[in-house]
Amino acid sequence: MSEVLVLVDHVDGEIKKVTFELLTAARQIGEPSAVVVGSPGTAAKLKESLAAYGAAKVYVAESDDATGYLVTPKVDVLAALVEKAAPAAVLVAATADGKEIAGRLAARTGSGLLVDAIGIENTAGSGDGAVVVAVQSIFGGAFVVKSKSNKGTPIVSVRPGGLEAEQAQGAAAEEAVDVPAADAAKSARITGQEPIVGGDRPELTEASVVVSGGRGVGSAEQFEVVEKLADAFGAAVGASRAAVDSGYYPPQFQVGQTGKTVSPQLYVALGISGAIQHRAGMQTSKTIVAVNKDAEAPIFEIADFGVVGDLFAVAPQLTEEVGKRKG
Amino acid sequence: MPNIVVLVKQVPDTYSERKLSDSDHTLDRESADAVLDEINERAVEEALLIKEAQGGEVTVLSVGPDRATEAIRKALSMGADKAVHVSDPALHGSCVLQTSKVIAAAIGKVDGVDLVIAGNEATDGRSGAVPAILAELLGYPQLTHARKVTIEGASIKVERETDEGITHLEASLPAVVSVGEKINEPRYPSFKGIMAAKKKPVETFTVADLGIDAGEVGLANASSSVLEAAPKPPRAAGQRVSDEGDGGVKIAEYLIAQKLI
Ligand SMILES: Cc1cc2nc3c(=O)[nH]c(=O)nc-3n(C[C@H](O)[C@H](O)[C@H](O)COP(=O)(O)OP(=O)(O)OC[C@H]3O[C@@H](n4cnc5c(N)ncnc54)[C@H](O)[C@@H]3O)c2cc1C
Repeated sequence: MSEVLVLVDHVDGEIKKVTFELLTAARQIGEPSAVVVGSPGTAAKLKESLAAYGAAKVYVAESDDATGYLVTPKVDVLAALVEKAAPAAVLVAATADGKEIAGRLAARTGSGLLVDAIGIENTAGSGDGAVVVAVQSIFGGAFVVKSKSNKGTPIVSVRPGGLEAEQAQGAAAEEAVDVPAADAAKSARITGQEPIVGGDRPELTEASVVVSGGRGVGSAEQFEVVEKLADAFGAAVGASRAAVDSGYYPPQFQVGQTGKTVSPQLYVALGISGAIQHRAGMQTSKTIVAVNKDAEAPIFEIADFGVVGDLFAVAPQLTEEVGKRKG
Repeated sequence: MPNIVVLVKQVPDTYSERKLSDSDHTLDRESADAVLDEINERAVEEALLIKEAQGGEVTVLSVGPDRATEAIRKALSMGADKAVHVSDPALHGSCVLQTSKVIAAAIGKVDGVDLVIAGNEATDGRSGAVPAILAELLGYPQLTHARKVTIEGASIKVERETDEGITHLEASLPAVVSVGEKINEPRYPSFKGIMAAKKKPVETFTVADLGIDAGEVGLANASSSVLEAAPKPPRAAGQRVSDEGDGGVKIAEYLIAQKLI
């Protein structure tokens, strides 16, 4: 069975959930090889969880340069591995960094680029070996598209939350690989980092439940109603652009065409009208619940369960009910 | 005095419904009104701010059908000096890698480029990777997702803002920058600007003019191809109830039935 390279998304010695989704997707095509690019000592901390999601191999690319420059060290390592291992595909998370890594890697290796997949299928071709087909949801979920690579190694970026991770036992055999020295004239040096202090809530694009508030929430203070419901679910908090523009909630939480795309198991929209640009970021959610006092609000057209009513009455009651269940 | 190239791209207006053409699964650009993507305007604005502070020249570059001239005119009326427009029927259906190759070749037609500025992500294809791919092809450092750009002599500093937080970047020119939503507020073209734009030079190239064989671009030679495309069946509206004082309880009951709590 051929190898499938999976770039491990990690921060501070912890693996991002999307990596497990990538490993799961990789198993559709072949045998997953996790690629860890990081500072010395990183892979040792990650190995166990990589094994638990079926990584047969772990390529360890560690150096100080690996974290000292933006994007390019990861492209360098993956490009060398594509050459060496001739994998059936390379999978990376469709995050800001991941999309850039995938794009550069495809350009460098003369390969086909399949972006923002929500699923991966393997339609075996006429010969032996895998034919990698990426399932994509485009135009804010209005179209489902299947595409394939025509050249080189398919390089696929996979949307976090696009598919569900499943455990599988893997050997996680370590193999050290070099991180090529950075070319200063062609690289951007990282001189400082201020990670987002996300608090205790899960990350918006990774959360299985998202509770979002819109202009109907009315003020920054009253967003507490949204946060309380989110915390009862253990959910991430999102916001519409109108809520962000009105200063109710910080911009990094905006869901929609010009914000985040989320596809959680459950999306709860409070005081959001459901404009097309908002829907573009959330309509692939598995279940949508909406609370809006306007019975005509377009959000109800896509909600699986809608309540016409005042969010300040409905949301606290739901918070209490969820609390009781989890109690 | 940095010599700046700004990329602008015509995208369909999201207010109109977006369609894929039935015949070959390419973006049906005619079916939607096109507007200069708001992020492009921020890219143009940033170039103009740098020029106003440090001098230099701003060239607008667009690869797209003839209709892209509207986007180019808008950028020129905001204050860009001149434009390069690559238009060629052979480009139809090009993938992001082919398009990036064409953009890189067109940048090569502008003398002594110090800085390439683009928007973060066009709203149609969502590849999010064109600026990074350009950096790869040009051999320039990439300073993408910028919320702040500072140029000092031959070096550039950028504050990159993504979901992960802020990353401070430093590199030497020439470089590729992409700008995010928060970088600035784009200006409106003045009447004077609109009049002046009419006299500004727009150089038009075909793919062959850039030294690229027409066979290397277009749908037939794209690095990836669409096997099938289907409009997603519209999400059916589910249940809807009016709050009679028990709206929260009703939602909870629904979620329990769905095994979501
Ligand atoms: C290029 C472009 C990009 C955009 N990108 C995005 C994007 O990424 N994300 C995004 O969200 N928007 C985006 N928009 C904006 C979008 O068009 C809408 O303006 C926005 O989504 C509206 O937000 P809203 O639903 O919170 O506000 P509104 O449309 O004002 O809706 C507020 C709703 O709250 C309800 N309400 C009020 N009080 C209560 C109450 N007490 N209880 C219950 N309900 C109440 C009202 O009935 C109303 O339906 C974009 C627009 C453009 C042009």
